[in-house]
Amino acid sequence: MDEILDILEKDGRATVEDIAKMTHKKPEEVKKAIKKYEKEGAILKYKAVINKDLIKDTESEVRALIEVNIVPQKDLGFEKIAERIYSFPEVTSCYLISGTYDLLVVVEGKNLHTVSNFVAEKLSCLENVRGTATHFLLKKYKEDGVILKHKSEENKRIAISY
Amino acid sequence: MEISRVVEKMQPSGIRAFFDLVLGMKEVISLGVGEPDFVTPWQIREEGIYSLEQGFTSYTSNKGLCKLRLGIQRYLKNKYGLQYCSDEEILITVGVSEGLDLVLRAIINPGDKILVPQPSYVSYGPVTELAGGIPVYIDTSRDGFKITPKLLEKHIDKKTKGIILNYPTNPTGVSYRRKELEEINKVLLKHKVLCISDEVYADLTYDFDHTAFPSLPGARKNTVYFNGFSKSYAMTGWRVGFACGPKEIIAAMTKIHQYTIMCVPITSQMAAAEALVSAKKSVEQMKREYNRRREFMVAEFNLLGLKCAKPQGAFYLFPSIKSTGLSSMDFSRKLLEEEKVAVVPGTAFGPSGEGYIRISYASSMDNLREALVRLKRFLEKRK
Repeated sequence: MDEILDILEKDGRATVEDIAKMTHKKPEEVKKAIKKYEKEGAILKYKAVINKDLIKDTESEVRALIEVNIVPQKDLGFEKIAERIYSFPEVTSCYLISGTYDLLVVVEGKNLHTVSNFVAEKLSCLENVRGTATHFLLKKYKEDGVILKHKSEENKRIAISY
Repeated sequence: MEISRVVEKMQPSGIRAFFDLVLGMKEVISLGVGEPDFVTPWQIREEGIYSLEQGFTSYTSNKGLCKLRLGIQRYLKNKYGLQYCSDEEILITVGVSEGLDLVLRAIINPGDKILVPQPSYVSYGPVTELAGGIPVYIDTSRDGFKITPKLLEKHIDKKTKGIILNYPTNPTGVSYRRKELEEINKVLLKHKVLCISDEVYADLTYDFDHTAFPSLPGARKNTVYFNGFSKSYAMTGWRVGFACGPKEIIAAMTKIHQYTIMCVPITSQMAAAEALVSAKKSVEQMKREYNRRREFMVAEFNLLGLKCAKPQGAFYLFPSIKSTGLSSMDFSRKLLEEEKVAVVPGTAFGPSGEGYIRISYASSMDNLREALVRLKRFLEKRK
């Protein structure tokens, strides 16, 4: 992967100037490359990874992993039905998987009730959905390579050494 | 009690007092740390924990765990094409530091001289003296901090027994290309001067491939090679290094090692053996990260007006602070007091480091950025 992408994937706030210095390139060059990635959709968006457990004033959220069994459609396979599912705003992630189930859908809701309702009233009644199995998440330890612990590995070095 | 005269003579320098000042201060941003800012990759730590669970709590053979020596043998063969016998030519030591002490004690007779190019890591001279040798310091500051055949010829005499080479170099980050090393090797072979090669930063070489000294023509029999796990695998606290060399030297070193150390802690040895097997990718990732910081810091320092050659390895910059008119120590002290940024004065590494400071970029980008802001403010006040 291009160095620029690698840097941005780790730190979305890295500035063009800093990236230019880090990669020994001209700022204009870096700027152009980033624009190109954004245009092509290689870079989709920039966001912060937030540990919501530490945010006191947000409404509590419930997440569930839902395994969905579906009947593929002629000519379209899983694509059309997957689109119908992932377009719901409640769905935060959606993957086609191998094994007993076809889709793995991550759903977020205010509470158990809203998520259950979504599964019962929206997901299960879709044509081509044969069955679902819902797993509520109890605790998040690590997400997308980030360990959700404040200062998980604090620097324990002594401040000066040879 | 009368203390040994050799030890008595080894003064804790002014640098020690400066270090204590840093350690006593809170909320310092430190660019003065001589170790990685990464923690040991998890798979290595996990192996250490597992070995304890399994009850590996005993001594190992003096030479070190067979598994680890075989791993090192394989690593050196794959990486540099070096052939060392794991049984007779490899010794596991408590970091490279112990290994250096062993080799000096193993080869020095009273009055023997050991060449030490400076600026250099702080232990080389004192350890030579403790072994009864005479360190001969070579000032490399006029040659881009590199030892040259000319400088060598100038300092070698009949009593010269060896030279301690260290590349990539702490504190300058300087390293050598194969061609340069070949020239150095020729001089050493001609005068029968043993090369004691401390290559602990070898895996952190950025602009070209690192050349192991014993891989040079004819050098293997005239070199004791040192490397370790501290820098490349971020394992400083585990204290594991290794020495490779001609079997009669390794045998002599093992003699001292068995009476003084016995063996390296088994937990550390088992973790190190795992590092060789499973941490290649982690090493690459850390190296990539260091390289970016290196490019960033060199660019920033030159913008600040503190002239800085681009180092080829390790995680240090050695910028000149001569433009400020301050001595290395005054600069470091004032920077600490006024802006709470810690750096190591160049003179910590020998008098030839005067006019320079050592900057360690083994620190997060956020820390580096903040330190630069403070440094800029510090310099502007002095314009």
